[in-house]
Amino acid sequence: MARQEKKKDVVIVGLGWTGSIAGIELAQEGLEIVALERGHDQSVVPNFQYPNQIDELKYGVRLKNFQHPRMQTVTVRRNEAETALPYRSLGSFLPGNGVGGAGTHWNGLNWRPQEQELSLRSYVRDNWGEQIIPDDMVLQDYPVTYDEMEPFFTRFEKVAGISGKAGNIKGQIQEGGNPFEGWRSEEYPMPALPTTYDASLFEKAAKAAGLHPFPAPAGIASQAYTNPYGMQMGPCNFCGFCERYGCYQYSKSMPQTCTLDALKAYPNFSYRTGAEVLRVEMAQDGKTATGVTYYDYATKEEVFQPADIVILASYQLNNVHLMLLSGIGQPYNAVTGEGVTGKNYAYQMNGGVTLFFKDANFNPFVGHGANGIAIDDYSISQIDFGKEGFIGGAYWRAGTFNGQPIRSMPLPKGTASWGGKWKEAIGEWYGHAMSIGTHGSHMSYKTNHLDLDPTYTDPHGRPLMRMTFNWNPNDLRMNQFQKRKAEELAKTMGANITDIGFKDVGAQYDVRPYQTTHNTGGHIMSDSPTTGAVNKFSQAWDKHNVFAMGAGNFVQNTQYNPTGLVGGLAYHTVHAIRTQYLSNPRPLV
Amino acid sequence: MTDLPGIPSRRNFLKASAATVALVGVAAQAKAKETAAAVPLDEYKPEYLNAVEWAFVMAATARLIPSEGDGPGALEARVPVFIDLQLAGDYGTAEDWYMAGPHDPTVAADRGWQTPLNPAEVYRKAIPLVDDWCRTTHGAIFAELEADKQDATLTALQKGEVTLPPDVTIFFTTLLANTKEGYFADPMYGGNHGMASWVYIGFPGARAAFREWPTRHNIKYPLGPVSIKGERA
Repeated sequence: MARQEKKKDVVIVGLGWTGSIAGIELAQEGLEIVALERGHDQSVVPNFQYPNQIDELKYGVRLKNFQHPRMQTVTVRRNEAETALPYRSLGSFLPGNGVGGAGTHWNGLNWRPQEQELSLRSYVRDNWGEQIIPDDMVLQDYPVTYDEMEPFFTRFEKVAGISGKAGNIKGQIQEGGNPFEGWRSEEYPMPALPTTYDASLFEKAAKAAGLHPFPAPAGIASQAYTNPYGMQMGPCNFCGFCERYGCYQYSKSMPQTCTLDALKAYPNFSYRTGAEVLRVEMAQDGKTATGVTYYDYATKEEVFQPADIVILASYQLNNVHLMLLSGIGQPYNAVTGEGVTGKNYAYQMNGGVTLFFKDANFNPFVGHGANGIAIDDYSISQIDFGKEGFIGGAYWRAGTFNGQPIRSMPLPKGTASWGGKWKEAIGEWYGHAMSIGTHGSHMSYKTNHLDLDPTYTDPHGRPLMRMTFNWNPNDLRMNQFQKRKAEELAKTMGANITDIGFKDVGAQYDVRPYQTTHNTGGHIMSDSPTTGAVNKFSQAWDKHNVFAMGAGNFVQNTQYNPTGLVGGLAYHTVHAIRTQYLSNPRPLV
Repeated sequence: MTDLPGIPSRRNFLKASAATVALVGVAAQAKAKETAAAVPLDEYKPEYLNAVEWAFVMAATARLIPSEGDGPGALEARVPVFIDLQLAGDYGTAEDWYMAGPHDPTVAADRGWQTPLNPAEVYRKAIPLVDDWCRTTHGAIFAELEADKQDATLTALQKGEVTLPPDVTIFFTTLLANTKEGYFADPMYGGNHGMASWVYIGFPGARAAFREWPTRHNIKYPLGPVSIKGERA
């Protein structure tokens, strides 16, 4: 029989960005809160300290900071006809693990979506008509508008300590910022970081082409900073170990630098690590949850943690898995199109150009994850979808972010992959290449979804979650558009060799190479209980005391890295809990 | 070397680094210890690989990253030691991976690692099969072939022209990846001996502090690498 813990007001599943934000904001209400974290505890010291963290093999290649597939993974198939097979070793995406979650290992690119992206179906309908929407695309508006979200984006950016240059303050276009961004109520919390050589070459070329370059918005401190919770960050030293690593410098926006110590100071908050939530338990009326059951790795037993409010704040894939296992929302059926949980899984459509300059020194190891100069000239708000024949867009960026040689060794196409020629090429080209990446939107489709696998199970005997996902012609056409534009600009930059890397029409999803950990959807927000799993306040439509936060809420993925929207939605949700739900627990919509 | 604004001259750097080494006795000892401990490859006692496998890995990595030309080869970098230690550890046993069945190793490579074997088992099963193929095709096991025949064998392996059972078709990809890992990983893992691979390409290792460098455009970073244990090269 399961051990039972003392009842809490709130139980939070997962202690990363959204879990720690929910924790700190609800702790301010005086509620008794416990967070349950599957992984280990971790702090900058000792877990991320210099020099141990500066280890490409251990963390960059053997992925010791990440979720181990042996503990938890998914199965993957490209279509209904294929048999899904386990994602046995990590490749395409890298879910985080431990306290801080994905917030510890990200690159720090902190974007807001464009206004048009949150109201995308309406935007398409009003400008081109609904007939341009492909039959298999499940295009919806978010049930929140940019204007509603703006204060919450601002709040998250202050907490996370974002560096950048505003391009639009209350409708006034600002020199040097992104003229195509949604309006901001104020300037970034910190000024932009300095520009590396590669980024300056891109900036020059973009300006000459009449484009609008600006510093990429960075969850990387450009100076000493104290956030609204009293947490402190120090300026980045461009060590070049952001993505896949925790920041040893207290410079990257992480729960460890922005929320956790402030949260731990609340006596009404506690957390347990090695506590893997197995399912959410339901009341007999079927309308509410009673708490969660978790596996305690220390005592090797199941534990029931009763609570009045359950907040699912684990990684998107794990949130959806828990909801499917617990009967939160009707599971989505891709054949009938009915059901909501697991619907609209989406990803990201990226490409890039590599430019080789024999005589240039880029020092690729001098950088950070959000380094460089970006443009939004080929973004969603700037493309004529009717003319181009797709719905979507991308931002571009150039900026050194890691020169770690096991993984970051760009060589001209056609170079031998081993032997004397390979050795000669690495000597000739290391440090002499730069890249421009295009980071593109990914729409939602009837076919791409998440459900429970019929064959494979995890160590607790639960079915693994099954991902059915493949690239769609609409997004591939968007990618080909970006390719043509990127080729055009690259030609003006005078490189000795220019290599183009974009997915071709007909490309199949390949789980091996790292692509991005921007897995989205599956518990999407909606304005009706038949089209999504949660309402605009991330509240489960069918279980009003369950809130599911994170990128699972994304109706379709935006063209940007997801954290800015994830953070904004977390503050939006927790604001609704504080101001509307606690005084009168009920469905808020 | 021309002195650059704000950058210590080479001479000053050498003076500074000598002083630092003198102060940081631990780092100096670590270097001395590491050099003394580096037994010659032909006297190295593998932790995982048996004699046949060791001979194969020595010979194969020596062709994947040959010694001739600029920069160290796999043998100078002690890549075979790295591979042996990795296979003996939790990478070799796929400790972190989901290895539960059923397995279908016959699917296309883009479905990821689907063999029931872990990396250590893939080496164990594949090497004798490749040696058999070499005997049939070239008249001797891989380690005893001339370099050009070895290269032809590796090319055939890479192109999938050496018929192997589905559960080890991933062998060449794995061997090549492990070879490059051993060439470029921190020397504490047994390869990248003396950080010579980092010196060759100009990667400064675990320095990880470049506060003044983002705005030094098109100037080559002048300092050599340091390792996690504090060695310098």
